[in-house]
Amino acid sequence: MSPQEAGSSRSRRILSIWLPALAIDRWRVMADEHSRVLDRGPLVLIADTAHGPRIEAVNRAGAAAGAHKGMMLADARTLCPEIATAPSDPAGDLGFLETLAIWAQRWGPWSALDPPDGLLVDVTAVAHLFGGENRLLADVQQAFAQRQLAVRTAIAPTAGAAWALAHHGRDGAIVEGAEAIERALSDLPVAALRLDQDVVTVLRRLGLKRLGEIATLGRDAIQRRFRNRKSPAANPLVRLDQLLGRVPEPLLPVVPQQVPLVQRRLLEPIRHRQLLDTVVTDLAGDMARELEGRGQGARRLELGLWRVDGEVVVRRLELAAATRDPAHIVRLFAARLDDVDAGFGIEMLRLRASWAEPLALAQDDIETAAETHGTSLAACIDRLTVRLGAQAVTRPVPFASHIPERAQRWQPPLEPEASSQGQLAFHARPLKLLDSPESIAVLYATPDGYPQRFRWRGQVHEVARVEGPERIAPEWWRERGGARLRDYYRIEDEAGRRYWIYRLGIIGDGRGGPPDWYLHGLCA
Amino acid sequence: MSQPDPVSLPFTAFTDVAALSARRSTRWRPGLAAHQGLALHNEVFASTRESAGCAAALALALDDARCLPREAGDEAQDRRSVLWVQTREAARRVGRPYRAGLPQTLQGRVIHVLAEKAEDALFALEEGLRCRDLAFVLGEIAGNPKALDFTASRRLTLASERHGVPLFLVRLDAARDLSSARMRWEVALAPSPAPHWNQRAPGTPRWRAELFRARAHAPGEWVLGEEQGGLMARKPDEETGEAAANWAAGLRLRHPLRRA
Repeated sequence: MSPQEAGSSRSRRILSIWLPALAIDRWRVMADEHSRVLDRGPLVLIADTAHGPRIEAVNRAGAAAGAHKGMMLADARTLCPEIATAPSDPAGDLGFLETLAIWAQRWGPWSALDPPDGLLVDVTAVAHLFGGENRLLADVQQAFAQRQLAVRTAIAPTAGAAWALAHHGRDGAIVEGAEAIERALSDLPVAALRLDQDVVTVLRRLGLKRLGEIATLGRDAIQRRFRNRKSPAANPLVRLDQLLGRVPEPLLPVVPQQVPLVQRRLLEPIRHRQLLDTVVTDLAGDMARELEGRGQGARRLELGLWRVDGEVVVRRLELAAATRDPAHIVRLFAARLDDVDAGFGIEMLRLRASWAEPLALAQDDIETAAETHGTSLAACIDRLTVRLGAQAVTRPVPFASHIPERAQRWQPPLEPEASSQGQLAFHARPLKLLDSPESIAVLYATPDGYPQRFRWRGQVHEVARVEGPERIAPEWWRERGGARLRDYYRIEDEAGRRYWIYRLGIIGDGRGGPPDWYLHGLCA
Repeated sequence: MSQPDPVSLPFTAFTDVAALSARRSTRWRPGLAAHQGLALHNEVFASTRESAGCAAALALALDDARCLPREAGDEAQDRRSVLWVQTREAARRVGRPYRAGLPQTLQGRVIHVLAEKAEDALFALEEGLRCRDLAFVLGEIAGNPKALDFTASRRLTLASERHGVPLFLVRLDAARDLSSARMRWEVALAPSPAPHWNQRAPGTPRWRAELFRARAHAPGEWVLGEEQGGLMARKPDEETGEAAANWAAGLRLRHPLRRA
């Protein structure tokens, strides 16, 4: 081993924390006195499936009675009729694990989730703060014991090794150095490699039960057998290399994010609009300072109004571009506060920027500020969307389609435009497109002659000039088989009015009777 | 009533009167923005059976923007957005803007606002006029809604003049009501000249535009069209001869078109 590798393996220390009974422990902590009695007898947490309730977690008495995770509740009831049930809450468990991950940063600078029931903490070079790694582990045990959570812990140079030791090794194991890892891990079962269940089954059928036995087989033999290099969970060699630190394993750290939030508790509940506006102005000023300190601008703001009688009114605002201009925020909220019923009064207001984006500090330009009036484009769009709704303010963008009405889509005005193919110069398109093509009665030479005369909205137009047809076939990859082609004509009537009309289908195409004509667009 | 003696009047009065009359006598012509600045509040009356109103308004707006003298700090190409406000009724009658059919310089710059009522459309127009990042504002309002009275149009004029953003308000199927617009046009489509290569096809757009009320110009009637990248205006009488010829040519060409 090169000195550098030895140095790196010595420098990295990962603490793996496994909560073997996370769901049950959490249920016990959250449960009230009345339901906690259930925990004395056999208790299971169940989830509803298509085949009936299935057991997700079991307490100690339940396990003694024969129930285990993954069993159907009906089967468990035959073994132990007095079994008690409670609903499981996987989403709540994951949320709890996230808060635990942030809490676990008391032992190291960053931590990562190891779903469904584990945590990884980087404790590199921090053990001396706790008086050594043994004391660090003791501290972890004590802290979790205070929260009434059962844990198993291990410290190793790689995340994989720490995980394997925490789940399958001795509790509180501490491993240092490459040889020590191989020695410590050789007795662990192959499930310690974090492999998919089917891969574990294959290994077991091959007669490989311990990690040490894989090393005896030789790499080439295993490489031939397991060729999936994409997913580490399907390849024992990749997992083994990660375990021993030969291959890096990226981990996603948990970064706590504080949402910018300002609030005012009022001494006297307010019932009048004027006072409310004053308080909102103060809040906007506070929020601007808060955002400025973080170098951010708000994209979404939520104003909560707590009424004396317990009602909460929430007004939500989305902004076209990141901003922290208090006057702009106040103005936008002013339009949304007209219909607020103050009732007996509002006693607390809270402004939250639930979506914020980086916005660099900019220096005020005194000269330009004095001479340019008016608002910026983003502020203008914010005002329009607040009053008219987000659907009303849009920008047309091209979309890859041959069908004219599909070739244009509408998106929020300040979003970047996706790249698209340029339009063909010989495709003359109308200035305006009707929302839905309007049916017209056309006199034309069948089967595919030029239109001579047509009636639209109760008036007859004589066709003086015509160009076409431009044939647009239906998009067979997304439309039904009966969709008909369109022959588009650009026409001008005797008064000079220019239209874009099409004939839907052609006689004898076997997709319906005589074709209909439609007026689709008005040309400039 | 006795005429004031010209000698007794101060000399400046003559120059003012001369300048005034010279300015008054200027008839409208394309490219006037280079001397007089942008025409800020324009109304274009048009029918809903054609898209002449919007097309002519866009042509006038682009002509003004082209002819405006560029300052040193300006970009070579105007990349500012254009606000296009429609009431739902107007969108139902004449359709929504289609990006591929817009003038080349406007593609990708249009921000479309669909307002349920005329009040909302007027609000959107005024907000657009207050925005310094817009090249111009185009509105389409159908009929004569109650909200669009003289006060409302005066508000729009003041906002437009204060912030220097031109407004082109297309009035679809509307009566010529009271308005404070600086220029009021009545526009209809006119027969197009025959294209060079395909005599049967519709040609480049032409509009018959009547300026029936303007603050700084005498009323008049023109046939507008876009030629060589600029707006062109002709007297209607010289146009009618050409149009009649075109029309006759179109008729002559029609019969051989009939296929079996």
